[in-house]
Amino acid sequence: MRSDAPRAPLGLKIAALGGLLFLHLPILLIFLYAFTTEERTYQFPPPGLTTQWFGVAWGREDIWPPLWLSLRVAAISTVLAMILGTLIAGAMARARFFGRDQLSLLVILPIALPGVITGMSLRSAFGVMDIPFSTWTIVLGHATFCIVIVYNNAVARLRRLSGGIMEASADLGANAFQTFRHILLPNLGSALLAGGMLAFALSFDEVIVTTFTAGQQSTLPIWMYNELIRPRQRPVTNVVAIVVFAATFLPILAAYYLTRGGSDTAGAGK
Amino acid sequence: MTAAVEFLNVSRHFGAVKAVDGVDLTIAEGSFFAMLGPSGSGKTTCLRLISGFEQPTGGAIRIFGEDVSTTPPHLRAVNTVFQDYALFPHLNVRDNVAYGLMVKGMARAPRYAKAEEMLALVHLEGYGDRKPAQLSGGQRQRVALARALVNEPRVLLLDEPLGALDLKLREAMQDELKALQVKLGLTFVFVTHDQHEALSMADSLAVFNEGKIAQIGTPQEIYDRPASRFVADFVGSSNVLPPALTQALGGPARWSSLRPETVRLAVTGPVSGPVTALRYLGAATRVVIRVAETEVAALVPAGQPLPAEGETRSIAFDPSALHLMEGA
Amino acid sequence: MSGAILPARGPGDRLTALFWRRPWVLLLLLVSPPLLWLGVVYLGSLAALLLQSFYSIDEFSGVVKEEFTLKTYAELFRAQNLDIITRTVLMAAAVTLASAALAFPIAYFAARYAKGPWKAAFYLGVMLPLWSSYLVKVYAWKLILAKEGILTWAAERTHTSWIIDGILSVPGLESSSLSTSPVGTFAVFVYVWLPYMILPMQAALERVPVSMLEASADLGATRAQTFRSVVLPLAMPGVIAGSIFTFSLTLGDYIIPQIVGNSANFIGMAVYQLQGTAGNIPLAAAFAVVPILIMLAYLTAAKRAGAFDAL
Repeated sequence: MRSDAPRAPLGLKIAALGGLLFLHLPILLIFLYAFTTEERTYQFPPPGLTTQWFGVAWGREDIWPPLWLSLRVAAISTVLAMILGTLIAGAMARARFFGRDQLSLLVILPIALPGVITGMSLRSAFGVMDIPFSTWTIVLGHATFCIVIVYNNAVARLRRLSGGIMEASADLGANAFQTFRHILLPNLGSALLAGGMLAFALSFDEVIVTTFTAGQQSTLPIWMYNELIRPRQRPVTNVVAIVVFAATFLPILAAYYLTRGGSDTAGAGK
Repeated sequence: MTAAVEFLNVSRHFGAVKAVDGVDLTIAEGSFFAMLGPSGSGKTTCLRLISGFEQPTGGAIRIFGEDVSTTPPHLRAVNTVFQDYALFPHLNVRDNVAYGLMVKGMARAPRYAKAEEMLALVHLEGYGDRKPAQLSGGQRQRVALARALVNEPRVLLLDEPLGALDLKLREAMQDELKALQVKLGLTFVFVTHDQHEALSMADSLAVFNEGKIAQIGTPQEIYDRPASRFVADFVGSSNVLPPALTQALGGPARWSSLRPETVRLAVTGPVSGPVTALRYLGAATRVVIRVAETEVAALVPAGQPLPAEGETRSIAFDPSALHLMEGA
Repeated sequence: MSGAILPARGPGDRLTALFWRRPWVLLLLLVSPPLLWLGVVYLGSLAALLLQSFYSIDEFSGVVKEEFTLKTYAELFRAQNLDIITRTVLMAAAVTLASAALAFPIAYFAARYAKGPWKAAFYLGVMLPLWSSYLVKVYAWKLILAKEGILTWAAERTHTSWIIDGILSVPGLESSSLSTSPVGTFAVFVYVWLPYMILPMQAALERVPVSMLEASADLGATRAQTFRSVVLPLAMPGVIAGSIFTFSLTLGDYIIPQIVGNSANFIGMAVYQLQGTAGNIPLAAAFAVVPILIMLAYLTAAKRAGAFDAL
């Protein structure tokens, strides 16, 4: 590191820190509102503070089924994305082959195009093929855009790994499966786990594609979305917002710590 | 003597690129064989053809008489010391060394015992618990060596194993590798682009150029009697004389080579030119004379009179020292 | 001494030998499951979308007529639908410009001045908002912009309510509060997509060698000149890469304009409403094709500008 590192101009420093605060303060506000005693408006400052809404939210029976559905969808989508994303990364890490560039474009497309297109496309396909909405129709969409998350993490790690160690393993007498088990998996593991966590966070929180693929079902984000349009008990929504936030925040933080220090730090590729 | 490795008209083409082109080669058992050549000359591809990481597009390869064209790398009884060592970063030194035994199903206690034995052989006792990242370049090189040797390979392949080391360490390792090879009686196949390394370590060597073998022989043969201009140029230090100059010096109109230590300086002679450079080498001084557009070097032993730069000198030598080469 | 070839010990060894002799077997095994998934589920769906967009709806019965027609696309050119498309593209452009302006100081500081733990803090500080719940972020702004919310409160305390009132009285932006004004929609868009602009911008700026800045200073350029003629052009690919995200995401979003703003229609909202309550799937599909076309044009232009090197 340079000892005479340049000092930033004050204006730039203020603008940069201001920008970071702008990114974070709004989220903190949600936490405050979960404790407000005001039930019908978004009055600030809150007239009083209470913890009763956590109990009320716990007792609300309409929250639990969407929560379970969201967890189920996120879990299945993550597992599928981890398998499919790792397979593509494995193929991409190998020598160049015909159609390689097209495949990488195909992987990225589901998040490069607006979610409404993925959603509407799936909705059209279900319509054309008369497929009834179910957990699996939601999973179809989620797994599709989660593949790229796992893929990005895996491919970045594969790129950083010295290609020689796979050859070294074969040279020392290991077959392809032993190389996978003893060399590839231990070196790829944390990147895959990080990719899986990001995929889980993305799926758990997804609403745009989900509204097109869920039919009458309600995931937690859809439940929240409906509450935003037709509010019933606003502080309960605040509590749910905190739950959703935590369910995405914690895996992201974990993913960061799993891959920190490398050029392949998780999250840069959303 | 048995052939450890045989190449029978072996080619490896990548599309239009002929990385290895019709190579015939026999490596004797127990020899220290060097493959020398500039980068892209096909020497590393040849090594990878032996280990199995490349497959020939033509010809056949035999290892101890057995055709290996259908044998994948992991079933060949050869092991490699890789250029960048390729140590497994997540395993400690002991597990790195024991890896080959582990995948072959050896139990933990005996394979660790063997690993310790190998670490002792390369003077790394007590380093078993370290991770590769905690080792110096020279130590990593020794681990890579131990990791390959523990499998008791029939042939050990070394891909520029000393390239990443600094000069002093490299010279020490050259001696050590040579001693190890003699002690184990193993066939070593060694790839390098460093002619001094190849000449000083190998029993025999092949000089590669553009996918073909330019010359094969003992270091002495290659140094004294280079077969072509390329070999003479690449192996270095020899004077390469064009046909006209060879003829002017009393030979036929062919390319020839002349070792500097056989060249004497004379005041008059058939060809002469100005002294363009003097380089003091300790036991001798290298004097360069420009004759007919060609620089000719002569080694003048210490104690003999030296010309000054710019003075005109002519060159003389014993006619038997002039070595004629193939090719125009 | 044993032979030069070790015996195969089981199916694993034999399969490995097969992979070695025929590398495409392994490649095919690796590639086919994801290729099937993406090909069937994703490309298949996109094809279904295209197919639907060439159908039309019977105006009397409301039933989809499964015959090829360009009638549905022609409907996009009706004044009200063109309005929706223009509004969406203008909003996307405004959001992109504002994001670039806001992102620059953060990206520049993080790339050039932040060191050690500060660097990590900046990285996390951008990455966490990027990944954290979209809906929660939108919701937070509903709280902030509400008439009785924190912004009004802060403006009253600092006697700056006239600014908000002034904005809300501009023709075209009139509304009772920021949360029901297009300004609110714009602010939320910028907030939600800002991190997508910062990261590629930072990546591009990190590739500007310090020596180049010093060279510029050595040649007598002032700070402003260096910035304008060296930093900005070099940051441009990052800006374009980031703009692909902000532009594309704004084009397709339908949640934000529904929750914050004056319920003016955007492409995403049109798609959502047409396929849902209106039941006009062909027109919804045709609307969904619009952002694809816009993005294709945008990506082609961005590719020419070399933006993909910064991704």
